Amino acid sequence: MAAVPSNAAPTTPRYSPVVKTSVGFVAAAAVCLAFADISITTLDPWLEMKRMAWGAVTPDFGAVAGLGMVVLRTIAFALCGVALGAVAGFLLSQIFHLGPVRWMCASVRAIHELFWALIFLQMLGLSPLTGVLAIAIPYAGICAKVYAETLEEAQLPALRTLPKGTGILSAFFFARLPDVWVHIKNYTSYRFECGLRSSAVLGFIGLPTLGFHLETAFSEGNYSEAAALMILFYLLIATLRYWMRPKLVGFYVLIAPFLLGSGAAINMSNIVRFLTVDIVPAPLREGGLLAGQTWRNLGDWSGTLLMDQALPGMVATLLLTQIALVVTGVLALALFPLISEKFFGPVVRTLGHVFLVVLRSTPEFILAYVFLQLWGPSMLPAIVALSLHNGAIIGHLVGRFSDEVRLRPDSPRGINLYGFEIVPRVYGQFLAFLFYRWEVIMRETAILGILGIATLGFFVDSALADIRLDRAMFLIAVMVVFNVAVDSLSRYIRGRLHLSTRAGQA
Amino acid sequence: MLFRLSNENLGYDGTPVLRDISLTVSAGERVALVGESGAGKSTLLSVLQNRYDGNTALIPQDPGLVRSLSVFHNVYMGSLHRHSAAYNLLNLVWPRQSEIARIRPIVERLGLGEKLFEPAGALSGGQQQRTAICRAILQGGDAVLGDEPVSAADNHQSRAILAALSDTFKTIILAMHDVDLALEFSTRIIGIKGGCIALDAPAHAVTRSDLDFLYRD
Repeated sequence: MAAVPSNAAPTTPRYSPVVKTSVGFVAAAAVCLAFADISITTLDPWLEMKRMAWGAVTPDFGAVAGLGMVVLRTIAFALCGVALGAVAGFLLSQIFHLGPVRWMCASVRAIHELFWALIFLQMLGLSPLTGVLAIAIPYAGICAKVYAETLEEAQLPALRTLPKGTGILSAFFFARLPDVWVHIKNYTSYRFECGLRSSAVLGFIGLPTLGFHLETAFSEGNYSEAAALMILFYLLIATLRYWMRPKLVGFYVLIAPFLLGSGAAINMSNIVRFLTVDIVPAPLREGGLLAGQTWRNLGDWSGTLLMDQALPGMVATLLLTQIALVVTGVLALALFPLISEKFFGPVVRTLGHVFLVVLRSTPEFILAYVFLQLWGPSMLPAIVALSLHNGAIIGHLVGRFSDEVRLRPDSPRGINLYGFEIVPRVYGQFLAFLFYRWEVIMRETAILGILGIATLGFFVDSALADIRLDRAMFLIAVMVVFNVAVDSLSRYIRGRLHLSTRAGQA
Repeated sequence: MLFRLSNENLGYDGTPVLRDISLTVSAGERVALVGESGAGKSTLLSVLQNRYDGNTALIPQDPGLVRSLSVFHNVYMGSLHRHSAAYNLLNLVWPRQSEIARIRPIVERLGLGEKLFEPAGALSGGQQQRTAICRAILQGGDAVLGDEPVSAADNHQSRAILAALSDTFKTIILAMHDVDLALEFSTRIIGIKGGCIALDAPAHAVTRSDLDFLYRD
């Protein structure tokens, strides 16, 4: 009898690159956690939490004077900022293939709206223009990228059939734009929702939007007033599709500039001084440009700044980002069944939707602010805030995606369905969403620095507060490089794992 | 002489589909390109279109429509080169009565009258094909090049379409899969097989059985 050909099964399972990558990220987060400060420093967090919960169920809408005007201002800042950003982004998307344009867009979107606002605050003071530009500039960078990708990936067979001699403008508006218009419109309206969140948060640094009153209410412990403001904000976002009609957009954009309020007058000499004196590194300002000593001083100046501030800031930013990224992923995987048809009936799904909408509509800055009040300054409030906000966003997207999975009629139920049928099928998409969010989470860790958590943003904020604008600019530049690096790394990993390159609005 | 190719290799990205092609087409000819699918008819058509400097209208196999624009707008695109950008944009947003009056008879002749303001994406395959033909008719020019423009039409419609094309264009070059229709309509038959022109003769000198060898292995 001939020997049976050897076909023995391997004795150990082999893991896919996707699983290995995930395990690697979880292990990295565990290491980061060992170095992170996650202590609770407040004396009685439960008492404060009880007071907040009581405030949440007894909202007081009468407490804020001129509530209507506050809401209108919040909308007006979002409208002006997003409109300006979208138009600039659209123009930039037409020349996005040029290297310098791509780099400029990547740099401006690496800086969070709040930091743009802090920068313009130095130049323009508390003028409405500060708020509008703070939203418009980073949004222009984001829109340029997304619009350019949309236009590039569209199938445009009509371009081939145009008569010879058709002008560029006519070709663009007839053969190129119409079929991608829907995507551009949808993305811009999603951006407007983000703009409302940005506009509200800008109030925390003094602009006359919702955040301004929220900050006051919180710091005075007036939680019923804070609850009223938050509920108003949720209503604003939940009813967006009823009042943000395509036909009315033009009208809204026209009247919005008149609702921004007057604010402080812009002082031209401030702008000039900011650009020509304040942001020039101190050693260059003080010494002659030709003296060797000046350049040695500049070397010492950057060296000290790098070692004492940039490096510790980068370490904290990295720790926080990696922990928050993994917790976000875990939360998203835990939350998505709440809105999935595969797991729950309409009642639970509706509640799940409300829960996720509230979490993702609450700006992460406000979540962090609340948890900071509860637990005191450590990385814990930041981790929880970032993970809840981003976990709800990704959970929502994965939940929707899971509804498209087609199951065999005799598929298992409950936890078996979750583990064997659904998660393996949505995992690739989930990772794509999560890696898209990586750069966003890092950008957001920076703004939590404003709240006192020692990320890069903390050192930028401190330098701005000390009016050492040269240091602030240096640290912001470090922040940009760091962000762009994470963005490239994320793109590289997505490519290696063959994850969808366009995960939509994650 | 409208089109001329002499001893050329034609193809995409350096891999020739057609070898050593010599061909001239004069004004007034109605040429039918026949041969198996994949023989290289589309390649030949797109080379002729790209080489010719004057104005030719193109009806590609994929009708090349903008799905979200109406039939009116898709047909109007055949006249983009005649107007200023401002006038074109005006018509994009708010179609002028004069342009509607110009386009309506063309569309009605091909049975699309009711669909004038429907988005092209909502039409059937045959209706989309006829929309592309209307666009070519409005565009006009020295010649029309069509890649299977009547593939989704029945016999009656096909004749109406070919008649409409003949009324507009003096010179017509069409890839066709219906051999009988090709013989009936054209003045000259070009058969392609094995990467070469295997037959080139006046239509009246060719019978159906003369073309059978093009479709045999």
